[in-house]
Amino acid sequence: MNTRAYKAIIRLRFMLLVQYRVAALAGIATQFMFGFVKIMVLEAFYLSTTSPQPMAFEQAVGYIWLGQAMLGMLPWNGDHEIQALIRSGNVAYELCRPLDLYNHWYARAIAMRVAPTLLRSIPIFSVALFVLPPRYALAVPTASGLAAWILATIGALLLGCAITNLMNISMLWTIAGDGIYRLLPAVVTIFSGMIVPLPLFPDWSKRALELLPFAGLVDTPARFLTGQLPPAYIWVFLARQLIWTAILIILGRKLLARGLKRVVVQGG
Amino acid sequence: MTDGIRLYFRYIGISLRSQLQYPASFAMMAVGNLVINGIEFFGIWALFTRFGSLKDWTLPEVALFYGMVHMAFAIAEAAARGFDILHRYVRSGDFDRILLRPRSTVLQVMGLEFQLMRVGRFAQGLLVFIWGINNLGKAFTFAQYILMGAAIVGGSLLFAGLFVLQATLSFWSVDSLEVINVTTYGGVETAEMPISIYRGWFRSFFTWIIPLATINYFPLMAILDHEDPLHTPPWLPWFSPLAGLLFFLVCLQIWMIGVRHYHSTGS
Repeated sequence: MNTRAYKAIIRLRFMLLVQYRVAALAGIATQFMFGFVKIMVLEAFYLSTTSPQPMAFEQAVGYIWLGQAMLGMLPWNGDHEIQALIRSGNVAYELCRPLDLYNHWYARAIAMRVAPTLLRSIPIFSVALFVLPPRYALAVPTASGLAAWILATIGALLLGCAITNLMNISMLWTIAGDGIYRLLPAVVTIFSGMIVPLPLFPDWSKRALELLPFAGLVDTPARFLTGQLPPAYIWVFLARQLIWTAILIILGRKLLARGLKRVVVQGG
Repeated sequence: MTDGIRLYFRYIGISLRSQLQYPASFAMMAVGNLVINGIEFFGIWALFTRFGSLKDWTLPEVALFYGMVHMAFAIAEAAARGFDILHRYVRSGDFDRILLRPRSTVLQVMGLEFQLMRVGRFAQGLLVFIWGINNLGKAFTFAQYILMGAAIVGGSLLFAGLFVLQATLSFWSVDSLEVINVTTYGGVETAEMPISIYRGWFRSFFTWIIPLATINYFPLMAILDHEDPLHTPPWLPWFSPLAGLLFFLVCLQIWMIGVRHYHSTGS
């Protein structure tokens, strides 16, 4: 278990990615815009009805800002460099390394998610917490809410990287990989609560949404931070995140092994 | 003029042929584009299911707004792609090659690419629009369909103008791309809904300065029997598609000025 090697990989990729401040912050103005528009639309919806809703408007506002702040955590894309390696066939060289390839790619994924998220979340959190008027602001969380959120976010990171790695691995197949690569981002986006907060989905869909892994990416941490879920529930949700993470890691490893066999057979 | 148009279509033909080289891959991209955009409406549907109505708008009505703005933007995304990616040419100095050729810069830049995969966004916009039409329970006259079609064309000219503006700004600063993204992608997010649900300076900005309201709101005010908080005068909707054309022409003028004062970064 070459953990020192993987820690080094994470650290090195992280340092590299953090350099690209401009690239990472590109899109942040648009994110603010999207956040504002989503909040204004939700406000109009909330004002259209007097019946009680599964989440209060203030919680929905916090949820949306959290989604925007943690956008970098979403397994939206695979690793471009890995994709290039696979396309060129140079992935064969990766097999010569004394590192487990899945873990290597997983470590890269961790850096790829954490670096831009850290860069983006700071300005978004700052504005959402301290600059905006109370009605449209992210409410300051309780200490236990914050603690629960931190745990849920770590769980979301592990889960998201498992999904990212699946996207990387899918690139070993040309047609199927392309399909997953093109369609998974949409699936991830909607079922993580980035389009509409999951609590606002129809009641009959709630069960299915909670069973899917994607809820653990943004929805679960957000609900703890906004206080919609009591902090005591963290263990149940963390368990759910980790079970899915384990399933996806095992699946990823199996697929990687099979995918690499194909590469060797076709290559030279 | 016709010679220029013929040349443009030759450029586009080349662009399309290269994109369709790998048809399966292209199909996947187009479907992916359809899905990633379509989930937006899925979200809107979920909100309507939860809340029942948006102020006093129904889902089929919102579907018309949504469909029109997405179709307009998809056309602009596809056709004005050259302007969208121009900043890369400016950065690498390759824009000089475009300047050296004896044809109009606008023609050449538009001919750089016609990004066909945006048909995905167009298709989901069209499907939502058709669904809205069918579920509104009222018949539309031919003139009203023409108006909606003209509004979509006007809208694509408006968005194309924004891409041209983005390209012009890239002569001076590459970071300005972000600002334009706020108006294009942010604009689509905004105009998916009737602009009257917004308030204050935000609503005014997108009604009069970057007139997204001319893409769907004003035309639909002439077509739907709906309370209009903006009190649109009855003649305005029929001329609103012209706003997009005017905006585009103004942006082209700014482009010309930008090109004239352009100093190359060198290569």
